[in-house]
Amino acid sequence: MKTLPGRIAITLWLGFLLACAVIISRTHFTTDLSAFLPRSPTAEQQLLLEQIRDGLASRLILVGIEGSDAATRADLSKKMAQRLRADPAFVSVNNGEPVNAERDRAYLFNHRYLLSPAVTPAHFGVAGLHAALGDSIDLLASPAGLLVKSMLPRDPTGEMVQLLGQLNGGAQPELIDGAWASGDGARALLLIQTRAAGTDIDAQQRAMAAIRLAFRAAGEYSTARLEMTGPGVFSVQSRDTIKSQVSRLSIISVLLIATLLLLVYRSFTALLLGFLPVISGALAGIAAVSLGFGSVHGITLGFGTALIGEAVDYSIYLFVQSEQNATDKQAWIKRFWPTIRLGVLTSIAGFAALLLSGFPGLAQLGLYAIAGLITAAAVTRYVLPHLLPRTFRIHDVSAIGRTLSQLVQRAALLRWPAIAVLLLALLVLFQHRDSIWNDKISALSPVSKTDLALDAKLRADSGAPDVRYLVVVSGATQEAVLRDSERVAHVLQSLVDQGELAGFESPSRYLPSQASQRARQASLPDAATLQTHLAQAVQGLPVKAALFAPFLADVGAARTQALLQRKDLDQTSMAMAVDALLIQQADHWSALLPLTARPGVAINAPAIRAALAQLHLQNALFVDMKAESDRLYSGYLNEAILLSLGGVATIIGLLLVVFRSPVRVARIIVPLAAAVITVTAGLALFGQQLMILHLIGLLLVVAVGSNYALFFDRSAADAAIAPRTLASMLFANLTTVAGFGLLAFSNVSILQAMGVTVAPGVILALIYAAIFARTDHD
Amino acid sequence: MPRFIRPLLIALSLILSGALPVISHAADWDIDRLMQGLAQTRTGHARFVETKKIAMLDQPIESSGELFYTAPDTLEKRTLKPKPETMRVEGDKLVIERGRQKYRLQLQDYPELAAFIDSIRGTLAGNRKALEQAYQLSLEGSASAWTLQLVPLNAKMKQIVARIRISGVRDEVRSIDVDQADGDSSQMRIEKLSPP
Repeated sequence: MKTLPGRIAITLWLGFLLACAVIISRTHFTTDLSAFLPRSPTAEQQLLLEQIRDGLASRLILVGIEGSDAATRADLSKKMAQRLRADPAFVSVNNGEPVNAERDRAYLFNHRYLLSPAVTPAHFGVAGLHAALGDSIDLLASPAGLLVKSMLPRDPTGEMVQLLGQLNGGAQPELIDGAWASGDGARALLLIQTRAAGTDIDAQQRAMAAIRLAFRAAGEYSTARLEMTGPGVFSVQSRDTIKSQVSRLSIISVLLIATLLLLVYRSFTALLLGFLPVISGALAGIAAVSLGFGSVHGITLGFGTALIGEAVDYSIYLFVQSEQNATDKQAWIKRFWPTIRLGVLTSIAGFAALLLSGFPGLAQLGLYAIAGLITAAAVTRYVLPHLLPRTFRIHDVSAIGRTLSQLVQRAALLRWPAIAVLLLALLVLFQHRDSIWNDKISALSPVSKTDLALDAKLRADSGAPDVRYLVVVSGATQEAVLRDSERVAHVLQSLVDQGELAGFESPSRYLPSQASQRARQASLPDAATLQTHLAQAVQGLPVKAALFAPFLADVGAARTQALLQRKDLDQTSMAMAVDALLIQQADHWSALLPLTARPGVAINAPAIRAALAQLHLQNALFVDMKAESDRLYSGYLNEAILLSLGGVATIIGLLLVVFRSPVRVARIIVPLAAAVITVTAGLALFGQQLMILHLIGLLLVVAVGSNYALFFDRSAADAAIAPRTLASMLFANLTTVAGFGLLAFSNVSILQAMGVTVAPGVILALIYAAIFARTDHD
Repeated sequence: MPRFIRPLLIALSLILSGALPVISHAADWDIDRLMQGLAQTRTGHARFVETKKIAMLDQPIESSGELFYTAPDTLEKRTLKPKPETMRVEGDKLVIERGRQKYRLQLQDYPELAAFIDSIRGTLAGNRKALEQAYQLSLEGSASAWTLQLVPLNAKMKQIVARIRISGVRDEVRSIDVDQADGDSSQMRIEKLSPP
């Protein structure tokens, strides 16, 4: 029955599919949008990525409780917090209740001589003690005196007051009925820090479930509502959205294309056979990305869905263009394969540019498309003809073809109107030239505007840091980064004193370097010296030196006190701060010092950079996260524009090599360029700002459209275009439009952008190709 | 006693005593009257001199400055000497500004301070109910020279404050004396200023 080459082809194909299936079964699928961030960033961008992946901000879940009344909300907040504090998945649950207040106080008070930057030899000299005692006595006279009176005999130099003053930087939400509430009092607030990183989406999902459960357990019959936001919550929501979108789109897309093909073919066999190249292509695409990148992104799968509409084209060409019997399949291969092969090559040339992208997400799309299209075309060419039954028939579409043929012959009449439309489109583009591109990285985010608004609201209410400005100190050991942090903190403190900054955080504030602690210990005089100094220092002050016996004892103990280690912070609320600000990655340590701007005053980045530069610390980096992410995105956009232009240039080069006729190549390129211009103008008119994925869409329009242009060119070369070929192009076009058109309805902005570009783009490419095709009169 | 008999008895006693205006006041004078009078004042501005006697210190420390009050719960104490310092209470929020430092505290985190501040605010606002939640009240003297004594009810509070004595003339507070449980004390003399 089957010929030997046929049997070999089928066996190889099946083996290939099996191999793909094995690879895919071991593939890890991700929805982490950092795949759409660059691969080899600068040091600052690297930090941004680390921050996005597992920085302190990424572990934060902001919870709001709305509805019901204030007392109920506070009660729910306390009950939820109590339950969640017992859950090891959460590092901290903060709702304003003074859970760790006693331990925090004890840590500060017991280690005040190791922690306070005021501890210097001069501080314990006669003059230093005299000044410090005077200040403490003045404080006694003040309203706060009631709070510090009992500390005076043990802490006459006011170290505790100094430490508390330092920690008292951040604005905290108001307390209503003993729990944090928003400024307008309409919502109770909790700030929850998860143990898992924000990008561990499974763990974040479990954390969200635990929070929901705690909320329900706290008030089963309450009418209050729970709101959650934060980077981890966004990741979970994005994954859910991408997952549900991709699976829904794939199903609808397959059904839609199948219905379309069934209407055309009127044969289930043809339908099933027609999908074989598509399935092979999809499997090959996923397997190739998996091999090339180690994981496959959800967005790539979504894109793959749309590519179904493109890959199915090859079998449409085969079935529709070939005549009604089996020998004609060989004739089809002779007549049409070279054109289709060239079409595949142009598509590959376009996508190959994406492979060079420094952004793994784009490179994935490129690899997927190349592997998928090559496989689909190869299966159509080498395997499908051998699988067709002897009696294989599809519905005769010649009638449609003849009608199309008449239309096409008159299409040339539309040349001038088409040129007018093009000129109009160019005018629109010129007018919108400043607003065509969306240069905000947030454009890529699948998070809805409502969710972003909620996030902004809860953040403003809770005073959660937005971590825009940071100084990052890196080093080989914890001690090294703490030591350099102290030097940076010293500079930052002088900026605070000058009014440049409202405040800053530093891990060294809670855990000073061993060197500083040792230096502070060394500043403490021995008992005899201190006693002499004290006796002189009290002169002229209304106190007797004898009052300070407890002080002498405490200083004596501090001189030989064990130095503070990270573990001494356990069970205090400062432990969380230190863990968030002091990060260890393999044998590399980083300390983060987030800066807080004064209300209504922007941070003066050059002033801070200049102040830091005086330290000559190579390992201390001032980072503006927003500026970095914007720079990163605009780099991303510029690179993608260059790559796309490179893709177009490669396509033109390829055509020039094949045809050796610039005029002929121009004929092929003109309808494609026209389609791209018209679509872009249309998007601008509808107020859609272009982002990276629109650009990829335009590249696809060129890749797909080149097939149409090639068919028109080819037929013009020998004779009038065959009605059958025209019909096949229409069907191929419809399936592509169906596949990508569906994406336009997606609410994942990345997918939607491709949809709204490709679907109208390929229709226009076909129409322009017909209009600008060479006629007998040319 | 039936309602109408009481005024009758008072009238009788007045005639008998022959000192009508003064006694009329004294007999009618009670905490409710005082509170009503005090509640009339919606805003106030005064100068203060405070003397604190602290056992740890050999001599009393004196501070002075200005007080601002806006009914019902905003109180600002602006100390000018010996060191400028501002304490402002509004509802449950307490802000202390001292030099460059600015402390924001929630009153309920500091129950001792809260009780103390509430005694002054409650008196200025004429809010008997609020005062009686934390203190046992007793009134001495007449409308023209009264002294309201507040003794804490709460055991924890009693460990800090023994009693607070607020004296005044009609609806004006003239002094606030606090005796702390440990023997320390403070006296604050208040002199009304024209509204700012």
